[in-house]
Amino acid sequence: MFAYAIRRTLVIIPTLFFVSVVCFVIIQLQPGSFTDRYLEDPRITQETVNRINAQLGLDKPLHEQYFRWIWGIITRGDFGFSFFANRPVNSMIGERIGWTIVVAGTTMLFSWLIAIPLGIYTAVNRNGVTDAISSFIGYIGLAIPDFLVALLLISLVLNTGGRNVGGLFSPAFIGAPWSIAKFLDLLNHLWIPILAIGTAGIATVMRQMRANLLDVLNADYVRTAKSKGLKPRVVTNRHAVRNAINPLITIAGLSLPELLNGTIITAIVLNLPTIGPLLYDSLLAKDQYVAMTLLLISSLLLMIGNLLADLALAWADPRIRYD
Amino acid sequence: MTSITLNNHHTEPASPGPLVMAWRRFKRSTVGMIGGVTLIILYIIALFANILAPYHITTQHTAYPYQPPQPIRIMHEGKLMRPFVYPVEQTRDPVTFQRTYQPDTSNPQPIRLFIKGEPYTLWGIIKTDLHAFGVQEGYYFPLGTDRFGRDLLSRMLVGSQVSLTVGIIGILISFSIGILVGGISGYYGGWIDGILQRFAEVLLSFPRLPILLALATIIPANWPSHWVYLGIIAVLSFIGWASLARVVRGQVLSAREVDYVQAARALGSRDLSIIIKHVLPNLTSYLIVAATLALPGYILGESALSFLGLGIKEPMTSWGLLLKDAQNFETLNLYPWLLIPGIMIIIAVLAFNFLGDALRDAADVRTK
Repeated sequence: MFAYAIRRTLVIIPTLFFVSVVCFVIIQLQPGSFTDRYLEDPRITQETVNRINAQLGLDKPLHEQYFRWIWGIITRGDFGFSFFANRPVNSMIGERIGWTIVVAGTTMLFSWLIAIPLGIYTAVNRNGVTDAISSFIGYIGLAIPDFLVALLLISLVLNTGGRNVGGLFSPAFIGAPWSIAKFLDLLNHLWIPILAIGTAGIATVMRQMRANLLDVLNADYVRTAKSKGLKPRVVTNRHAVRNAINPLITIAGLSLPELLNGTIITAIVLNLPTIGPLLYDSLLAKDQYVAMTLLLISSLLLMIGNLLADLALAWADPRIRYD
Repeated sequence: MTSITLNNHHTEPASPGPLVMAWRRFKRSTVGMIGGVTLIILYIIALFANILAPYHITTQHTAYPYQPPQPIRIMHEGKLMRPFVYPVEQTRDPVTFQRTYQPDTSNPQPIRLFIKGEPYTLWGIIKTDLHAFGVQEGYYFPLGTDRFGRDLLSRMLVGSQVSLTVGIIGILISFSIGILVGGISGYYGGWIDGILQRFAEVLLSFPRLPILLALATIIPANWPSHWVYLGIIAVLSFIGWASLARVVRGQVLSAREVDYVQAARALGSRDLSIIIKHVLPNLTSYLIVAATLALPGYILGESALSFLGLGIKEPMTSWGLLLKDAQNFETLNLYPWLLIPGIMIIIAVLAFNFLGDALRDAADVRTK
């Protein structure tokens, strides 16, 4: 198990290297460069722009730019410099990655807390009213773009007289030290992104849980448990649910990209301090090191998430052997 | 005559072919049928969008910015009439100068079918001025107008042409790439397989949206809108092929060892013809189901990109681009009808999901 964990972790490194190359190539394929904006100003000449290019290291050949960037990351943990914000990338992304994980994590927690009981309930009471309603809502949840959910929720809040939309805190609490009031204010803002990002996840997990449990409920050992005279609730909870829940760990891993996608687009709509808006702005501004770093990190988050899901599965399911 | 009848009595009832069986299983799924029929209707609407649209998508009715939708009425002064609308008149709030629209209840305008209106060119060949419906005097905006006074319904109908074709064309391209790459990878193996699989793996280790955004910014801003449309399709397909290539590779790997493929090879068939004639047919049902289930991803991807301003650009329009107008918190509060195109996205995606699920069950021979 331990060796498996190490091996899985090590595999990330070469993949991450290729990912970094792809990030760099994509960003270099963007037409124009960051300094083109200066040329729009008639007072700035081509020579000045060339000098700025030299200062920013943009005049170097591409492979050299790439290796300087990657070397900085490996040796100093330095992800480069943001031309647009005029400060190191490291100082910009730390907090944003933190908030991205917080938003994605709470969303996942929330959607699972709803989806799993609902999946169990609908599997046990199959073909009931709740089953029909929740599977229909589930289908809608999969079909509705998450930015649209965000827009609808904003519209709802604004029309009911609320003003607490956008961002994670009210202006009064930005930069304030942590307090209970600040935490409540956070929750007051956080529910919109959670619902917007979580809808699709709830639908997926619920349907999966329902399907798994239905499979297990037909299994022989469940029939045995029933014929022993156990109460239906004990049979469901102790015998069936326990076995049906394992495949969901894989689903957790598979749902991570969706979660990150949702975090990014919803964050742009709601202007959350996560990596989404920064990625969007840096791509438009051709702020290459910020964009490359964020692409790299979103990929890293995905790989770590998948790794955790695989390890959790290995830990939870004794039938899986990894030698 | 007699002998034929006799013959019929003697032969066993012919067992229906696999397609017929699949169709029978499919027909039993109500939601699948609903999804299929909805999609047929949607694509017919997209085909005839220009006729159905009361106005041209770029015509700006500058006197009517942000006009709310006009409801169809049938009761005028207590009397039943053929469906009509009241023309709107606008007033300005003396303090805030905000426009408000009121129906002018004195002058009902019946909705006429096949009315002459703005001239346009249908499918790039037929010049006509016939519109499916409209009013004789004044304007009728069934779903209201946007900031420039452009008719939202017309824009939504014509936008469906973009939103609904992006998926189909995108799937065709990415499936061709996926099948080709997966086929080569699985059939030849070795270092080719290694390289192609590494590449697919790297693509798959990005969350979809960040890489989609990054790729969309490669499309030059000064491209005309129909090039951008093709660019968006290219970007979407570039991301879509990787997961399929893996599955196809796996299938080809296992099919390679099957007896009849070995036999074909022993008979001297060429690699390509083996892949096309013997391996791919086994994958058809899987591919059709996978395509149907992957299509919503393309529709949602296009709408997300256009919504963020990195996708389809004016003067073309798509559902996502229309929603972009509703991005602003104030607009959203004052002009909520701008969210209506979102309903079309939901309907289209829902229909594809229903159809895909039903097809999957139908393709599964174990389904009773």
